[in-house]
Amino acid sequence: MSAVLDDKTRNKALINEVLEVYPEKAAKKRAKHLNVYEEGKPDCGVKSNIKSLPGVMTIRGCAYAGSKGVVWGPIKDMVHVSHGPVGCGQYSWATRRNYYNGTTGVDAFGAMQITSDFQEKDIVFGGDKKLDKLVDEITQVFPLAKGISVQSECPIGLIGDDIEAVSKKKSKEVGLPMVPVRCEGFRGVSQSLGHHIANDAIRDWVFDKADYNAPFESTPYDVVLMADYNIGGDAWSSRILLEEMGLRVIGQGTGDATLKEIEMMPRAKLLLLHCYRSMNYIARHVEEKYGVPWFEYNLFGPTKIAESLRGIAAFFDDSIKEKAEQVIAKYTALSQAVIDKYKPRLAGKKVMLYVGGLRPRHVVGAYEDLGMEVCGTGYEFGHGDDYQRTTHYVKDGTLIYDDVTSFELEKFAEKIRPDLMASGVKEKYIFQKMGIPFRQMHSWDYSGPYHGYDGFAIFARDMDMAINSPVWGMTKAPWKK
Amino acid sequence: MPQSAEKVLDHAGLFKEPEYQEIFERKKAQFEGGCGADKVREVADWTRTMEYREINFKREALVINPAKACQPLGAVLCASGFEGTLPYVHGSQGCVAYFRSHFNRHFKEPCSAVSDSMTEDAAVFGGLNNMVDGLANAHALYKPKMIAVSTTCMAEVIGDDLDGFIKIAKQKGSIPEDFRVPFAHTPSFVGSHVTGYDNMLKGFLTSFWDGKTRAETTAPAININGGFDGYCVANNRELKRMMKEMGVEATIISDPSEVFDTPTDGEFRMYAGGTTAAQMEAALDARGTVFMQGISAAKSAEYVEKAGQKAVSLHCPVGVTGTDAFLMAVSELTGQAIPASLELERGRLVDAIADSQAHLHGKRFALFGDPDMLLGLTAFLLELGAEPVHILCTNATKDWTEKINALLAASPFGKDAKAWPGKDLWHLRSLLATEPVDFLIGSSHGKYLERDIGTPLIRIGFPIFDRHHHHRFPIWGYQGGLNVLVKILDKIFDTLDAKTTDSASFDLVR
Repeated sequence: MSAVLDDKTRNKALINEVLEVYPEKAAKKRAKHLNVYEEGKPDCGVKSNIKSLPGVMTIRGCAYAGSKGVVWGPIKDMVHVSHGPVGCGQYSWATRRNYYNGTTGVDAFGAMQITSDFQEKDIVFGGDKKLDKLVDEITQVFPLAKGISVQSECPIGLIGDDIEAVSKKKSKEVGLPMVPVRCEGFRGVSQSLGHHIANDAIRDWVFDKADYNAPFESTPYDVVLMADYNIGGDAWSSRILLEEMGLRVIGQGTGDATLKEIEMMPRAKLLLLHCYRSMNYIARHVEEKYGVPWFEYNLFGPTKIAESLRGIAAFFDDSIKEKAEQVIAKYTALSQAVIDKYKPRLAGKKVMLYVGGLRPRHVVGAYEDLGMEVCGTGYEFGHGDDYQRTTHYVKDGTLIYDDVTSFELEKFAEKIRPDLMASGVKEKYIFQKMGIPFRQMHSWDYSGPYHGYDGFAIFARDMDMAINSPVWGMTKAPWKK
Repeated sequence: MPQSAEKVLDHAGLFKEPEYQEIFERKKAQFEGGCGADKVREVADWTRTMEYREINFKREALVINPAKACQPLGAVLCASGFEGTLPYVHGSQGCVAYFRSHFNRHFKEPCSAVSDSMTEDAAVFGGLNNMVDGLANAHALYKPKMIAVSTTCMAEVIGDDLDGFIKIAKQKGSIPEDFRVPFAHTPSFVGSHVTGYDNMLKGFLTSFWDGKTRAETTAPAININGGFDGYCVANNRELKRMMKEMGVEATIISDPSEVFDTPTDGEFRMYAGGTTAAQMEAALDARGTVFMQGISAAKSAEYVEKAGQKAVSLHCPVGVTGTDAFLMAVSELTGQAIPASLELERGRLVDAIADSQAHLHGKRFALFGDPDMLLGLTAFLLELGAEPVHILCTNATKDWTEKINALLAASPFGKDAKAWPGKDLWHLRSLLATEPVDFLIGSSHGKYLERDIGTPLIRIGFPIFDRHHHHRFPIWGYQGGLNVLVKILDKIFDTLDAKTTDSASFDLVR
């Protein structure tokens, strides 16, 4: 009890300490994003989804990153055009590891940078003509492409281009679905609006153009696994469990998805939503318009996996419920062996999280399965509903930081000295310099998958190798006291 | 069950297991709606034909896998090379997240830079308020000695005026009046990352030198600028070492060799090393400034000459003749002789080339990368007796095309070569498929070409994402030449070994 009190007092003091450094106006604003979680409260007591302050080194990205980089980019049989200057597409070229099967450049277009590479004349005279011509060229060099999306970069919305008109015209001409996405980077406060805009584009340009009266042989067990971007193959190590419990995965998205699979969402009996933040909009739409329920599941760590598989099975008949139990039983030995091997090496270790999407809450259970404790967490681009959902995961006294600045995170870590920092590539090297073990929890540090039972073994191995690496014993020269 | 606690399989092994292969097959057959393996193979084969190459080269609007990035990336690298300097990008915040992660992935180091997070309201009213708050916040939190401002395309499209905004911010008390804020407009729809580097560099020179009177020093003092250089950590140290050997007082203008190579000793240093303000002030009086990547520093070189200094433009000197030219240029500027110690290093590099030339002679290469880098590497290949064949520069200038053609024309080993300005790596794919070469030199992005066409990739360039620590070894100077030579030779021998594993030619001694 006193330890919790101590942590609470320390965390509150820490918040005050970082706020003191800000100019007054900024301190007032940042104060609303930092808090210490009080057990029993309905949310984490922080404001969120608000503009980042200028000049503070926010870790957030932009709407384009949310649409091209997250939602649309992984759809593998479409060509996604980064429409505007060269940079955005260059930096997001294959850096998010959305795994897919296919022949790149032939029938799959994932790990590519396809752009209209705007020049000054395109800014001055507009880029619509270039886009028109570019579509023809796509059909010539990529004859197997199943569709084209236009991922708007900042200038598009500023120079008054009409990408919707071009898309409608060219879609008819070339006979391919074409999706204009208004995800200019200046829109909204983070990646999050990009997710929303990308979801709306699925609604308007995919669902509304598909023919759902066409015959389709459905089964009572049809599901679509969605909002898993297949980082390191996560969607695959999730799908294996769903199939084993007797479900038919008629679509997967958007990681390793084809356009046809995205179209399947309204056909499903249940939508399985991994990343609530990035695709709840379309799930709600499908529920409202097509009457398909959705379920937010969590396949990190055996405790949450079992909970989720049972939660999913509850939507179906007894045969699925039985099979879900069989799946849980089948993998118990594996999970126990993983825990037996790694828990003794990891028990009691403190973790600070700062990530995006669902991970600031969803991975907590996996750490706890290994005896570890999350002592601070925050969302890069979360909303109020994320912070409400987080209360089911975190303990009393946990330090909460929304849209944390590099300055704050560094100060927090300096004082708390967690045994592991779990965040992104921009943070990785900072904390390693400080001698704090680190794992990238956006990209799994190029490892993974972490989802499902197969993924949990890799997760445990990776956390162990980060924390127990001999390198951390060498950061101080032996002749220095 | 493929997974076990004893032998944990991650993605590289796990998905090859039959349980997953069955899932992939089922997903493909029942749900993906693809066109079948035969059709995919047929089209894949067709993409390697001359017919496809002709269609591919007719592209006018569509750019596929370009080897270039945008201006502010270069501005951030340039700004990172000054002491205590915080790169600050005026515009949308996502860009800065991208620049930082791009450098993180290349250097495996932290990269500090801020954005002033302009959104819809700034698009309508301009980003002045963002600048006023942004400079105040950045100054309070990160306590820089300088803030170097560049722009994203958003700010450029709406026409924000940096000079005016910075002055107003100072008047409003965001930062002290005398706080130095070098700035540069860096529109991403003009040029590439190297243009942005040049613009930011000129911004620094202007900030320090404008309105100052030059009095040329009598000391053997020069300035050197490395340009946008992924090897800046090691190259700059190598430059400093060589200059010390020559007794030359060299100021590296923009030196990120410390900030992108700090130790892991328990402390995070947001700022480390870099060109100091005092050095920048003194730099005006130097005998001259050597630009290691002259094509990409055209505006800065012009400014230096206007300031009354001699500007020497080199082209990423890799190898013997490149380094010779560099040292002789320094000697001419300073009057310092090239010492025996460096001549000894030269002799050792020539010795190494002589030892290995039989493996290099006549080998055919394709190269892609930044303009000056390509000139330097091509010159080195020519002096090795290797034959550059396809030289592709997405961010070429007219000057580059003339220079590379002149370089090729001057060597019998350049007779089969063709320069491809403004083309992208999808063009290069067609070139490699229809006119094969033995090896490919370029950044990590070349790995897709290696996979598709089978041409072994030698990783030299930017970015190098999939190999670690290459940037810790120089490619300039005689020592750097040796590193490049070994990189090329290792790939040649690895390829030869792989080719001969089942034959008598699997030799122990090569």
